[in-house]
Amino acid sequence: MASATVSAPFPHRHLLAIEGLSRADILQLLDEAEAWVETGRHARKHDDRLAGLTQVNAFFEASTRTLLSFEIAGKRLGADVVNLVASQSSLKKGETLLDTALTLNAMRPDVIVIRHESSGAVALIAEKVDCPVINAGDGRHEHPTQALLDALTIRRRKGRIEGLKVAICGDILHSRVARSNFHLLAALGAEVRAVAPPTLMPHGVERLGARPFTRMDEGLAGADVVMMLRLQLERMDGAWVPSTREYFATFGLTEARLAHAAPDVLVMHPGPMNRGVEIASSVADDIQRSAITEQVEMGVAVRMACLDLLTRARRAERP
Amino acid sequence: MTPPDLLVTNARLLDPEAGTLVAGDLLVRERRIAALGPGLAAPEGARVIDARGHVLAPALIDSCVFRADIAAATAGGIATMLLMPDQTPPLDDPALVERAERLGKPRLWVRPLAAATRRLEGRELADLALMQAAGAVGVATGRGSIADTAVMLRLLRYAGGLGLVTVSHPEDAALVAGTVATEGDMATRLGLPAAPAAAEALAIARDLRLAALTGAPLHIPCVTTAEGVALVRAAKAAEQDVTAATAPPYCLLSDAALAGYRSFARLSPPLRADADRRAVVAALADGTIDMLASRHDPRSSDEKRQPFAEAAPGDAGAALLLPLGLSLVHQGLLSLERLVAAVTLAPARRFGLPGGRLQPDAPADLLLFDPDAPWRVESDRLPGLAGNTPFDGLGVQGRVLLLVKGGEILHSAPEVPCHG
Repeated sequence: MASATVSAPFPHRHLLAIEGLSRADILQLLDEAEAWVETGRHARKHDDRLAGLTQVNAFFEASTRTLLSFEIAGKRLGADVVNLVASQSSLKKGETLLDTALTLNAMRPDVIVIRHESSGAVALIAEKVDCPVINAGDGRHEHPTQALLDALTIRRRKGRIEGLKVAICGDILHSRVARSNFHLLAALGAEVRAVAPPTLMPHGVERLGARPFTRMDEGLAGADVVMMLRLQLERMDGAWVPSTREYFATFGLTEARLAHAAPDVLVMHPGPMNRGVEIASSVADDIQRSAITEQVEMGVAVRMACLDLLTRARRAERP
Repeated sequence: MTPPDLLVTNARLLDPEAGTLVAGDLLVRERRIAALGPGLAAPEGARVIDARGHVLAPALIDSCVFRADIAAATAGGIATMLLMPDQTPPLDDPALVERAERLGKPRLWVRPLAAATRRLEGRELADLALMQAAGAVGVATGRGSIADTAVMLRLLRYAGGLGLVTVSHPEDAALVAGTVATEGDMATRLGLPAAPAAAEALAIARDLRLAALTGAPLHIPCVTTAEGVALVRAAKAAEQDVTAATAPPYCLLSDAALAGYRSFARLSPPLRADADRRAVVAALADGTIDMLASRHDPRSSDEKRQPFAEAAPGDAGAALLLPLGLSLVHQGLLSLERLVAAVTLAPARRFGLPGGRLQPDAPADLLLFDPDAPWRVESDRLPGLAGNTPFDGLGVQGRVLLLVKGGEILHSAPEVPCHG
């Protein structure tokens, strides 16, 4: 039931971003994750290869599902999992992020999973600690395990990624999920589209390998996969979009709009969803086309693969 | 007490007003330049320094600093700093201006710029006439622009009436709020909140238009984009009373320097695209941009070693102003005479300062430097309050050999021993 125990060593100390990973690195992660899906479906879900290792989940920004997913992944592998959930404000009581990093490091963890609201913050901490670091989302920069679980979901449903038309839709400007997916899908040869109102489209998105569309119907035409992004409700304050009503009317994923996509289109969402804002409930709950709950399942498998691969070198050093 | 006479022999005298560089000697008497020319005789009791053919120029005038950093100034050959009003508390009161003016004594002339508005909040005018009487040489909006156009108009009218130059930060306040980079591929890739480079042109266009309306003198302390340069060039062609400055990072770096979230490259304004950088260098060379300033902003490593968006903006540039400017000279992009004018005469003229000239009767604020001496920038050994610089590790040329302020020797290198 366990995944492959012998494979090429993973050539990176940390997992900070998809950018910088080779196609082979990505495929290795996906292949190993594939095996962990089965573990999760057994009654007995333990493998325990990380027994005795300490995994710290340091979440400096609020999260429910990603934190839970990493915690379950670590526990299924037998690690001692500790969660540090601190809002930015409480940490800002005088201590710098680097001091926090040094404090964490002094507890001698074997792997640290970090989420932070500031782009680049996870890489900064990774420079200061002696163990592997996994980026669980840094600002608007990257969320590599999300892109990996998205890719695993697509590959299992579609049998491939290369050549698929993937439309990533919504608030791309503020989305780390979109950035990681652009890099990953480009590396695996998908045809990627960025679909967003002009206010939420990043400058130069073409250079990230995505073709921009500012009209939903055009962006969806013939799409094999549609990834919806969450619209933060505070975007209405900064004049990014007028209202949730208008956003749903123009960019919400409805049955009618989805008819522009391929008949066997796969609908995805990183969660948590705003039903009636970026996605209609009938689409989200369509068990034929929606892979949204499957994504969550794949998330645990992908995170198990990441934890296993990144700690392999440390485990080999032990007597 | 008046210092003894000082004779510098065997120098190359750089006169920024005439734009000449000629071999000769220079005599200082009673804190002023007494004579220049070949073959000057040493008066009885004078100290004599053999310049060994190095360049003797007016001591530098740094037209924009955020801290009066004496050690950095001395190391950089700077005898005068124009201090921005962004102090704690802001320089919005005559007593604070008076105190700021005394900060550097006796090693540095600190020339305060008065805060344009109370607490630099951009709403009510500060007591500009009283601060002028207390020693302010201009009035400045500080690190940000004044968002309210009506306040800006009244500021220009009022300050212009006092004969004060208004120094207005060129970034549209609303566009740059909450951003840390220039919109472009690098900011997109790094996921950093960014504002379009046009935020600068918008601010400059507004301020130029308002200044034209009032006839008030305007100084733009940091032009960093091609579009900003074009606006200044057009205004000068229309004979508007405007001057501009830039800083070395905008001449030497682009936003490519942000790669890897290097927070030492987080500046305000942010680094721009490479085409902007090239336009800025060309404008400095042709005089569209009058001055080169350090924007010296020393920050502790605790403030800089942070996630990029949370790191304090700014760099400690005073000690590097001359060598980084010289790197443009060595690349053939700028003449030595033009560089020196941009850090001496141009700010002296604009802000009515006595220094910045190499002529009889000018104050004896002098700098002798070797424009070719090579060295390497090491941020942890940079003189001054802090060494936060995006140029760590860079090889540069240009070494300060002698710095004289008011006829007193503040610094002299062993290569140019003083006799007598």
